[in-house]
Amino acid sequence: MAAWSIYISFIGAGLIAMLPRNRAHLAPWLALLSAFAGFAFALTGAFDPNPGSFHILARHSWIDAMGATYLLGIDGISLTLILLTGLAAICGILFSWNIRERAPEFFALYLALIGSVYGVFLSFDLLLFFVFYELAIVPKYFLIAIYGSTRREYGAMKLALYSFVGSAMVLVGLLAAYAISGGETFDLVKLAQHPFPREFQMWAFPLVFTGFAILAGLWPFHTWAPTGHVAAPTGASMLLAGVIMKLGAYGCLRVAITLFPRGLEPWGFSVIGFGSWQDVFGFLAVMGIVSGAMVALVQRDFKFVIGYSSVSHMGFVLLGLVTLSTIGMRGAILQMFSHGVIAGLLFGVVGRMVYDRTHTRDLDLLSGFRLNQALPFACAIFCLAGFASMGMPGFSGFVAELQVLSGAWHSFPLLTLVSGVGIVIGVAYTLRAMQKAFFTTPPPTPVTQGTHHEMDGAPITLPEKIGAVILITTSLVVGLYPGILLRWIDEGLASPLFDLLRQGGLS
Amino acid sequence: MNYLDFFATLLPETTLVLTALAVLLVDAAGLRELKTAHRILGASLVSLLGCALSVAFVCIGHGSSYLLDGILINDPLTRLIKVAILIPGMFTCLLTPGSRLRAHPGEYFCILLLAMTGLLLLVSSENLLVIFLSLELASMCLYILAAFNTTDARSIEAGLKYFLFGGISAAFTLFGFSLIYGLTGSIDLRPIAGALGQSTDPLLMVAMVMVIAGFGFKIAAVPFHLWAPDVYEAAPLSSAAFIASGSKVASFYVLARVVFTGMGGTTGVPGSHWMALLAILAGSSMVLGNLAALTQTSVRRLLAFSAVANAGYMLIGVLAPGSGGLPALAYYLILYSITAIGAFGVVALVEARVGHDRLDAFSGLCRNSPVTAFCLMVFLLSLAGIPPLGGFFAKFYLFAAALRASPGDPLILSLVVLAIASSAVSLYYYLRVLKEVYVRPVAGAEPAPIPDLPVIGLFILAIAVILLGSFPQWLVHAVESAQAASSF
Repeated sequence: MAAWSIYISFIGAGLIAMLPRNRAHLAPWLALLSAFAGFAFALTGAFDPNPGSFHILARHSWIDAMGATYLLGIDGISLTLILLTGLAAICGILFSWNIRERAPEFFALYLALIGSVYGVFLSFDLLLFFVFYELAIVPKYFLIAIYGSTRREYGAMKLALYSFVGSAMVLVGLLAAYAISGGETFDLVKLAQHPFPREFQMWAFPLVFTGFAILAGLWPFHTWAPTGHVAAPTGASMLLAGVIMKLGAYGCLRVAITLFPRGLEPWGFSVIGFGSWQDVFGFLAVMGIVSGAMVALVQRDFKFVIGYSSVSHMGFVLLGLVTLSTIGMRGAILQMFSHGVIAGLLFGVVGRMVYDRTHTRDLDLLSGFRLNQALPFACAIFCLAGFASMGMPGFSGFVAELQVLSGAWHSFPLLTLVSGVGIVIGVAYTLRAMQKAFFTTPPPTPVTQGTHHEMDGAPITLPEKIGAVILITTSLVVGLYPGILLRWIDEGLASPLFDLLRQGGLS
Repeated sequence: MNYLDFFATLLPETTLVLTALAVLLVDAAGLRELKTAHRILGASLVSLLGCALSVAFVCIGHGSSYLLDGILINDPLTRLIKVAILIPGMFTCLLTPGSRLRAHPGEYFCILLLAMTGLLLLVSSENLLVIFLSLELASMCLYILAAFNTTDARSIEAGLKYFLFGGISAAFTLFGFSLIYGLTGSIDLRPIAGALGQSTDPLLMVAMVMVIAGFGFKIAAVPFHLWAPDVYEAAPLSSAAFIASGSKVASFYVLARVVFTGMGGTTGVPGSHWMALLAILAGSSMVLGNLAALTQTSVRRLLAFSAVANAGYMLIGVLAPGSGGLPALAYYLILYSITAIGAFGVVALVEARVGHDRLDAFSGLCRNSPVTAFCLMVFLLSLAGIPPLGGFFAKFYLFAAALRASPGDPLILSLVVLAIASSAVSLYYYLRVLKEVYVRPVAGAEPAPIPDLPVIGLFILAIAVILLGSFPQWLVHAVESAQAASSF
């Protein structure tokens, strides 16, 4: 049933694209309906007799001549992420309720993007996986380029090209793996059992991992993320930060690490302290954590703060993945979920609740609005989301980052200390942004009066409130009782897909 | 040999020649008094009918025949390629009414049909002399088609450039063929392959360079591509469209035939020479084509450089050892010709109402005609290689087949890497066009609406590109079984 979440999204996209012009006002309702249906179908995965263990949803012949099959499957990791996708989709649509200009196209592109994301998370055939993965590039380009704000054409093109270059790297590795395994199959489960030669894995692993990690915001290839997030319309930046970046991280785990685990083995020599690709990517992940946080600390644009904080938080995901320990990896997957929810909410507050009413995101100017009085709901939600983002116990981020760090402690003690610094800076930039945007009373100098902006008096609408409450509740529930997701994630990590990894010493 | 066989094999070509004559006759006798637009329409319908008939004759052909020691071949793969030449030909006929011809519609279609005849003969022979003659027949017609707009200096310039480059390269080809004949004493590809197997004569190298130069011109591979941008830009639109699609298919197929059949493939003793030469052509075409396309403002020139880049990708199929890359190459050619003719079709519609093909001519297209905009998006993204469109699968299939045929071969692997890397660049310039279409508002006054009928044709092509990409099994099966049943 979970496979229907893909189809229903594309069906919804098609229906909305074909809406006659005088029925355009139905577009958001139809979109919400499909997103709900998609989430409901995704949720059926949780009620399977044995949720979390790997099983096949659909298998049909597709391209016999190449050995590619239409193979959809689900395990605990996919289940966690499709639930995230469903939530992000619903809330993104709720936060896009005010789109009027070219609305049907917006929602059609939006659902097409959602559909391909579901497709990536559920594909267990490499070719099919790649098809869905690349399919996501086109709608996100148009969503940003048509509906975005600051430098939208630049941001959209940068995002599209970064994604495309990343997927080109993935494609090379994928083709080579296909040819070397004998050119028989793209079935991920079969390929994961294939013992690729060590020398091949040594170059294929970094290639494919980097290719996917570009989309997960790997430092120093992360620069698309802040510009793209800032340029995107609110709904799209919620999806970008919430789900699209997870596509990259998921690819790293599902393809790069699963197929080429020996690529993480020590090289046998060391170059300036790096003895394996594991060290290299661990270092880059920590660089992302620290530098993302430090750059976020000095931004003037509110959305850029959140954009760089995404890079920083995604660093934890990548760090958790390359620890190669069960606890680190489950932390990484939980962090994907957690960051998807929290970052989505932060973007929603900044892009929709604040920016659409104040028409500025400049933190210095925002202080002139006394937002804590003007928009108390937005202020409260931002504070909660900000605390969640800092890693306050009780919210999902804390559990996830704690596990990542305890996993990383065994593999990279020094780097773990450095990423601890990143967490401290994380607290600093969140508090700084919170204080500047919501709690500063500007001194009545002529300068600020001259730049005083009028605010649209519109109060926070119901769809926004519902969306915000859904997201913050999810973070809270997962934070208080992480077991609901961890149970599935552990089952997923125990599946035969990771056999080779376990032989290679996954602890 | 039986003359009836001979006639049956040549039925599609005969139909085309008869139609060519009929078009002249109908135009001279019946349509002379009408307005030019109506004359063009009438002539186009007659030619369309002839092409359709010819396609039908190709399709009812069956089995393999190998007449006169390979002077004339009729096998499943050749028939498939013939259809892939005729279908763009039909769409060229459909496009012509929109491409602002001023006079002589009868002659235009007559020459177009003769060009198709030449291309059909070109792909159905293994005899160097017949290959050369039909190549010349097709080329001569294409030169005239490129320069057909005699009132437009740029069209004449394009035709002249095409002719001068073409003439020189034809001389090279003929010289190469004559050297091969001198070395082997034969003009049939199979005996040539047998005789060349042991040869290490340095003259053979010279011959190969000559032949490659000739074919490199036809497929517009770097460094023989210089004519392409000018011809694509300034020739009458339907001529450019046909040169980009039908002519390209035929030239590639015959190149593959000469390499695989005549020279024993790239794995033969003289193979390394072929390989090095073709690899240089392939690599430089990909890189230069994609880089040059980045800065173009004329969409036709952009398509020309994209064609150069695509020629580079397709050469990988020729380079794959054995004939492992052949079905994938055939698939690529078929998809490419559909996509190219479709893209040119959209350019034709836009040009007809705005008057030029610069990028800003496309702005706001999605408002005026959402279906046309959608078709253009499908064609361009297919060229960029975005799944699930045909162009993606064509590339994927081609690269996978090449790698599978030679696992671990560093040359093929590095070419595939280069191809994928340079195609990552290509998304930029395709998106530039689509940005005008979808993001920018309409520039200037509201242009005239787009007529419905051609849009339906383009829509069918776009759907074909989507379906062939999403469900490639059917065509993959067709090309693979055709190759298995063919003389390659």
